[in-house]
Amino acid sequence: MTMTTTQPTCPECEGAVALPADVMQGEIIPCDDCGVELEVKVLSPLELAMAPEIQEDWGE
Amino acid sequence: MTTRLAVVTSRLRAEERLLFTELEHRGVDFTRLDDGKLQLSLAEATQPFDLVWNRSLAFGRTLYTVRILESQGVTCVNSASVVATCGDKVLTSLALERAAVPTLKTTVAFTPESALAAMEAFGFPVVLKPVVGSWGRLVARLDCRSAAEAVLEDRATLGSWHQQIFYVQEYVEKPGRDLRVFMVGDEPIAAVYRTSEHWITNTARGATVQNCPVTDELSELATAAAHAVGGGLLAVDLVETPDGLSVLEVNHSGEFRNSIEPTGVNIPAAMVDWVIASAEHAS
Repeated sequence: MTMTTTQPTCPECEGAVALPADVMQGEIIPCDDCGVELEVKVLSPLELAMAPEIQEDWGE
Repeated sequence: MTTRLAVVTSRLRAEERLLFTELEHRGVDFTRLDDGKLQLSLAEATQPFDLVWNRSLAFGRTLYTVRILESQGVTCVNSASVVATCGDKVLTSLALERAAVPTLKTTVAFTPESALAAMEAFGFPVVLKPVVGSWGRLVARLDCRSAAEAVLEDRATLGSWHQQIFYVQEYVEKPGRDLRVFMVGDEPIAAVYRTSEHWITNTARGATVQNCPVTDELSELATAAAHAVGGGLLAVDLVETPDGLSVLEVNHSGEFRNSIEPTGVNIPAAMVDWVIASAEHAS
């Protein structure tokens, strides 16, 4: 997977977050440092937020 | 394609990424809708689409979105009726029973006492499932009466009212795996075994996936199950019992990321082609 050269930071631990080059809005990205799941809220300018917790009715 | 197509998502899973890629490869113009931002007027149609493909993770959001949009003339994949049936294990079981599709013996009860009596009628071990839920969450194998009493008391005390619709099902010794068939309309395009040392053989719980040949028997059963719930883009889960194959459930927004490589079937491509055909029919 190709990574971008710029690395945004995790809002939880402030560690560097690696994003795939073809990252999409709404995608969930794990933080390799602290393990939380981050959601790509906005692509430009890039905005990451803590991903919502799994709800009772989530699934396939 | 001139049809105005929208795809509804919440969290973007690997599945949705693959589907978007296939849509883009075909040059299909589509709009992404985040269900967290939707505002659906009940008085007037506010979504300018002919066809809406719902790939949201949330059953409740999906159900009400497609119910509202269908009432306003939008074609939805899957349909509101299919979503309602597949998202509720009781309705799924009823649909399978009505269509005489082999499925596991199930009893519904509403109090811990009546649920316990139903369990004793089956004999232990027995399985307790939430009526709404996925990924094997809160599915419990109860090996004895005392374990059942404890779990039922927990559900009655701590659970929401949904958790107090006790869906009690016979326990079947399976060969460490179950089967999933991917249905695209009337066609079973691929099937996999889901294998685990745990009795819950769900990939969300760590089961591994191997290709499963789509035999005539499997094809016939999966197709019958898909028809029983109304058809569409579905994933039919089955279990091998001593009496033959039996349908466990039918998923209306099935996950397939781990099944593409072992089956060699481009599952998202087949789904997208079917949606495009549906969209052309809808426009």
